[in-house]
Amino acid sequence: MSFICTSTETLNPADATYDFTIPATRPWSHVVKRGQVMRIVDLEGQQAVDTLFYNAHDFTERYSAQDTLLAQGSAYVTTGTRLLSNEGRLMLTVVADSCGRHDTSAGACSCEANTVRFGHHTRYMHACRENFVIEVAKWGMTKRDVVPNINFFMNVPIEPDGRLAIVDGISAPGAHVDMVAAMDVLCVISNCPQVNNPCNGFDPTPVRVLIWDAPEAEAA
Amino acid sequence: MTANEKQARIDALRQRYLELKSAGDDLAPKALPGPTAPGGAPIASNRVRITEDIPGGWYWTVRLARGERLRLVNTAATPGVSVFMWNAADTSERYNSADTVKLQWNASLPRGRVLFSDMGRVLASIVEDTCCAHDTIVGGSTPASSLAKYGADGLRNTAENMRLAASKFGLGKRDLAPVISFFSPVVVGADGRFEWRDGVLKDGDFVELRAEMDLLVAVSNCPHPFSPDATFAPAPVQAVVWQGPAPDADDLCRTATAEAVRGFENTDPLFAAR
Repeated sequence: MSFICTSTETLNPADATYDFTIPATRPWSHVVKRGQVMRIVDLEGQQAVDTLFYNAHDFTERYSAQDTLLAQGSAYVTTGTRLLSNEGRLMLTVVADSCGRHDTSAGACSCEANTVRFGHHTRYMHACRENFVIEVAKWGMTKRDVVPNINFFMNVPIEPDGRLAIVDGISAPGAHVDMVAAMDVLCVISNCPQVNNPCNGFDPTPVRVLIWDAPEAEAA
Repeated sequence: MTANEKQARIDALRQRYLELKSAGDDLAPKALPGPTAPGGAPIASNRVRITEDIPGGWYWTVRLARGERLRLVNTAATPGVSVFMWNAADTSERYNSADTVKLQWNASLPRGRVLFSDMGRVLASIVEDTCCAHDTIVGGSTPASSLAKYGADGLRNTAENMRLAASKFGLGKRDLAPVISFFSPVVVGADGRFEWRDGVLKDGDFVELRAEMDLLVAVSNCPHPFSPDATFAPAPVQAVVWQGPAPDADDLCRTATAEAVRGFENTDPLFAAR
């Protein structure tokens, strides 16, 4: 297949093979086939979308933040980033990004981590890793399979002195990121429910996922 | 909820977050003591349980009991020694790089910081550290990074070492996640690119971890993928397992930050007398 994605910006939502709006705070999963284009739209802006990928045919192969950043040589996910697996293989390539920068170092919120960061009173608040476990369980996986993820639309600058914090998101309403799948991948999303930090503007909102089939290759 | 009520709620949540962030950014680093003096923190030789020389390129595994200490001595300033660890009582609880940096508001992990599990508990404390230059964002070498860097296939690397080490505990690929690499002065430049700081590593540097629960520990002695060594020639490192003094009430790592205090509040009940 000689499919090279030159631009996904002209893709028409009406032509999408899959179109789903993930409600605020909820989990979601779906298989994206090799060659398909997946778009995540931050409908109302400043909404973190915690995302994991697994090889759809072998879930022990999964997204690896460290493999991805090592190969890229820089700390943030954006257009051109090759999302690599723990086998060092290409899972998806980010081909368009109207936001500019996404995090893959700060991971997902959990009930337990929230107690450390925000106080013990936050233990019984819904969290991304609860969403992840619920969703990967549908595919026969457990907490063992949940690893540090990508946070689309989440802004976590790492300063030269090491300081690192979630700060106000830079994604405007309607911001989107497009990826082309290089293998069949199971995508698992937690539409982040966190209200104790600015990753969702303190007000979680819905996001939309669109999938297009691979365009016909240019004249072969 | 009216729009005004909603905005008031958002404002209150934001204010609380900014207060926590300010405390994490400004107050916590001032509580950290800086590096251990070279040649400082002597080990009582009669308290040593294991001494192991890990050859360059190799891995090593060890079980630590809560309270035991693992000192990694970088005898010849090899650039990078990677570590991963699990709760020995439940290996689904394991080192979490993302929580470790996020909960401490910092990717820099010098003496005084702690290593968090995915369960909001402290696995280990960094109680001594002459180097104070460690990396858990990029981690360790892989078959691909070693091939690209050294131009040779089949070199020993941390990704494969960690799988081998995990196997010795009966664990597998699914039990692994991002690692921490000690003696790895990697920083993120203003442009987002990773940079290796030269001239930081010294012969004889050491870092000492105190186990805060019973642990399974994997150590991989392979150079960090961003280290400037042109040929693959990692030097050995020495691992020393010993029983240090019990932490005092004002123990640095247990008290340096509000986050560490809460992490230990989550950890200590596992070991409280029944």
